[in-house]
Amino acid sequence: MRYNEKELQALSRQPAELAAELGMRGPKKGSVLKRRLVKLVVNFLFYFRTDEAEPVGALLLERCRVTQEEPSGFSISFLEDPERKYHFACCSEEQCQEWMGALRRASYEFMRRSLIFYRNEIQKMTGKDPLEQFGISEEARFKLGGLKA
Amino acid sequence: MKLNERSLAFYATCDAPVDNAGFLYKKGGRHAAYHRRWFVLRGNMLFYFEDPASREPVGVIILEGCTVELVEAAEEFAFAVRFAGARARTYVLAAESQAAMEGWVKALSRASFDYLRLVVRELEQQLAAMRAGDCPHPPRRPRALPPKENGCAVWSAEPPAASPAPSPAGASAAGSQPGAAPPPLPPRRRASAPNGPLRAGSFAQLHELYGQEVRALRSQWLRSRAQP
Repeated sequence: MRYNEKELQALSRQPAELAAELGMRGPKKGSVLKRRLVKLVVNFLFYFRTDEAEPVGALLLERCRVTQEEPSGFSISFLEDPERKYHFACCSEEQCQEWMGALRRASYEFMRRSLIFYRNEIQKMTGKDPLEQFGISEEARFKLGGLKA
Repeated sequence: MKLNERSLAFYATCDAPVDNAGFLYKKGGRHAAYHRRWFVLRGNMLFYFEDPASREPVGVIILEGCTVELVEAAEEFAFAVRFAGARARTYVLAAESQAAMEGWVKALSRASFDYLRLVVRELEQQLAAMRAGDCPHPPRRPRALPPKENGCAVWSAEPPAASPAPSPAGASAAGSQPGAAPPPLPPRRRASAPNGPLRAGSFAQLHELYGQEVRALRSQWLRSRAQP
């Protein structure tokens, strides 16, 4: 699949929601744990060799599942292949919880659901649609009926 | 750079809400011909297929940091998706009608994750302010959104308002420009209302709360299955 790699690289240089050096192990059988600088930017998780400016790779965080893996680690897998896991090792339980929380909230789909939720709550309280002031109240993508897993 | 392309392909063809879809002509390169492709906008990803029945996209344009503009081109109903930076690519696309073009320009210029995040944070703050009993109406006009209809909330635009408690601060800076002091947040009311946790806080908190319950139940169930 073709993609605009330059823009993805530029994105990896943007301010991150969360960044840390973690242990990382790829999904292939026999892969070993390596130290990586892991950086969460919008709905992408970038991972770098600790001394390099360009990322080794990126994971788009849509339709993914974040699972705790003992001890103080977590894995990311994708809905279409839940056994294929990217493993991450944190330095503490606290760091692990922080990352898991952030990753679960990092998808565009989660953000969309949040928006619909707040829109609904505010509309219930005020009788007004808060999206009107942004000029996006008619967009089908924010309709309550558009909520799907 | 490695990318989880298989997952990307599944995201392109799954049941998730499609934000826009239709045929567009895509210019191959600066002097190349236009190719008619089936475009699907989902989130901040603009996928393009050979045709609507294709199982896998030919490619994807990641829409963070772009601006969408009308262009003068030999082709009618043309517009461009432009990225900043040296040697950055500009995608010239053409729709098949004025209405389709306008629909695409609107959809694409509001497709970025950054834009959505600004709106969500604004609504989060409005709701928090209302629950704290400040006033029944939104306390202030939205400040952090791009003024232009076809502008795009590029990350170098105005800083978003600060996010309330549930989002953990990262090891490095949160996704906003340095130098802007966000306004102090109104105090959050305690979750003591009769409807229980629904009044407690943000969507993220509720999501986490229910998620924990589900995970606990699931582990219980798995353990009970493991014991014959």
